[in-house]
Amino acid sequence: MDRQASTKESGTATDAKAGGEAGPALVVEHLRKTYPGTVAVDDVSFTVAEGEIFGILGPNGAGKTTTVECVIGLRTPDSGTIRIMAFDPRVDRAQVHAIVGAQLQTSALQPKLRVAEILDLYRSFYRDPADVGELLDALGLREKRSAYYKSLSGGQKQRLSLALALVGRPKIAVLDEMTTGLDPQARRDTWDLIESVRDRGVTVVLVTHYMDEAERLCDRVALVDEGRIVALDTPTALAEQAGGGKRVRFVPSQPFGDRLLTELPEVTSLERRGHHVLVNGTGDLVNTVILTLAGAGVTANEVDVQSATLEDAFVKLTGRHLHEGDEVTAG
Amino acid sequence: MSALEEALPASPPRAAFGKLLACEARLAWREPIGLVYGLAIPVVLLVVFGAIPSAHKHEAQLGGLTVFAVYVPILIAFCIGMLALFSLPRALVTYRELGILRRLSTTPLPPSWVLAAQVAINFVLALWALIILVVVGVAAFGAAAPKSPAGFVLAFLLSVAALFAMGLWVAAVARSASAANVMAGALFFPLIFFAGLWYPQQYMPAALRDVGQLTPLGASVQALQSASQGHFPPAGSLLVMAAYAVVFALLAWRSFRWE
Repeated sequence: MDRQASTKESGTATDAKAGGEAGPALVVEHLRKTYPGTVAVDDVSFTVAEGEIFGILGPNGAGKTTTVECVIGLRTPDSGTIRIMAFDPRVDRAQVHAIVGAQLQTSALQPKLRVAEILDLYRSFYRDPADVGELLDALGLREKRSAYYKSLSGGQKQRLSLALALVGRPKIAVLDEMTTGLDPQARRDTWDLIESVRDRGVTVVLVTHYMDEAERLCDRVALVDEGRIVALDTPTALAEQAGGGKRVRFVPSQPFGDRLLTELPEVTSLERRGHHVLVNGTGDLVNTVILTLAGAGVTANEVDVQSATLEDAFVKLTGRHLHEGDEVTAG
Repeated sequence: MSALEEALPASPPRAAFGKLLACEARLAWREPIGLVYGLAIPVVLLVVFGAIPSAHKHEAQLGGLTVFAVYVPILIAFCIGMLALFSLPRALVTYRELGILRRLSTTPLPPSWVLAAQVAINFVLALWALIILVVVGVAAFGAAAPKSPAGFVLAFLLSVAALFAMGLWVAAVARSASAANVMAGALFFPLIFFAGLWYPQQYMPAALRDVGQLTPLGASVQALQSASQGHFPPAGSLLVMAAYAVVFALLAWRSFRWE
């Protein structure tokens, strides 16, 4: 597992790209899609390189799902062009469906088919499918192979849905909220699986509203809000765009005045949440804060240090939180 | 595989249809709506009729036929109607309602294959129903085998075509499985009345019988009964069924939605 975690840094994306000088896996240009009363997707353009894990991150209703549904040919855009490996999903449906493996949010399977039967059925749709046994193992579904679909838990259904997206050995996997409903261990296992899939050269388009997922997996992330891409870069670059700031959170041993810290040049803002104090700033923030507090006879307990995250980038760019009221834990 | 073939449209392997059929057959067995209503109930009714001694009396009002002989074609029409109007649309509408068709439409499988597999499974059930009803009628209750086998088979096939087209139309326009059931019921019960389930056509007033013979199951029973007695089915009944088949197939084609 830990071995897997290091692969992202060791340059698998470049390995995959070195394999061939093929064009981009996916090109979306000026995509626009409206529903009666709303503009779901408004002039969205992006390009995904082969072997890349590309994230589309944004709050619910931002137009993420509509975008990928247009990409896989489930919806017809009002305007704009989409090319998957040079194929147009509206014209070359058969080719697109043969090379794209999709995991959809709103789809189900026959309640009274067994897991192995469903995988075997979907496997038969493709010319060069994956091994069912390997997929069952990779997704922890082996002991459920004889279970009816309707008897599976939400997480198991989600994992089967992911298995079906991969069973055709797709060149591009489009995964819409793949870890929703999974427990933490299953999420981490799923991330490992996605990395190993990418290591085999598969391009992954990942729709998510989980920050930690995007930071952990994605080579590049498009931040989407209200149907538009507000920023597109690597997770690190996006976080730096947000100011490259740091954040210290602690519980003070005794009360102190805000000005003790806000007057420090390193500190940009201070916020109190319950008995926690959150200090945002730059430079040698942590040491400065702790030393200053100590000088005033205050001990900082439960100190937690965070670098700027995609969440910060999103807040900075849109003035809103990615998921309001949702507990976000950085991975 | 040649490079050219690799560049050509990636239609799914033929074996996919076999797998699809196998899955649909398993589902037909695990959720035996079609098996029970389309097969078991008519066979039970046949046995009940067969066990009533008076059903084997030759009736002048039935043109010298026994009640039992008159009911075999009616029960065949019952099977076809049940399978076509309840079993066939139910699966397709449920698939659409649950998003199964949506999921399938992101694979190389043409959605029409799903439709074809449903038609095939229900056709096989209808064929079983036909064979069981005729064989049980002849072997267990001494009914006469159809005297015009070719006419009988033709009447059966046209009945299937007409009713399955209506079933596909129900599948096309019903937005939910419960709506499909309501539509199927609203169609089935009047149609099976004209087929003579409660009141054989021979007992009906002439006007009612004439109307009945313009309905698909009324025409079906008329054609099956005359083929049983050795006449080729009347052209009128065959034309009525063919017309229903064409009109409803077109309607279904025009209004079918995968999502």
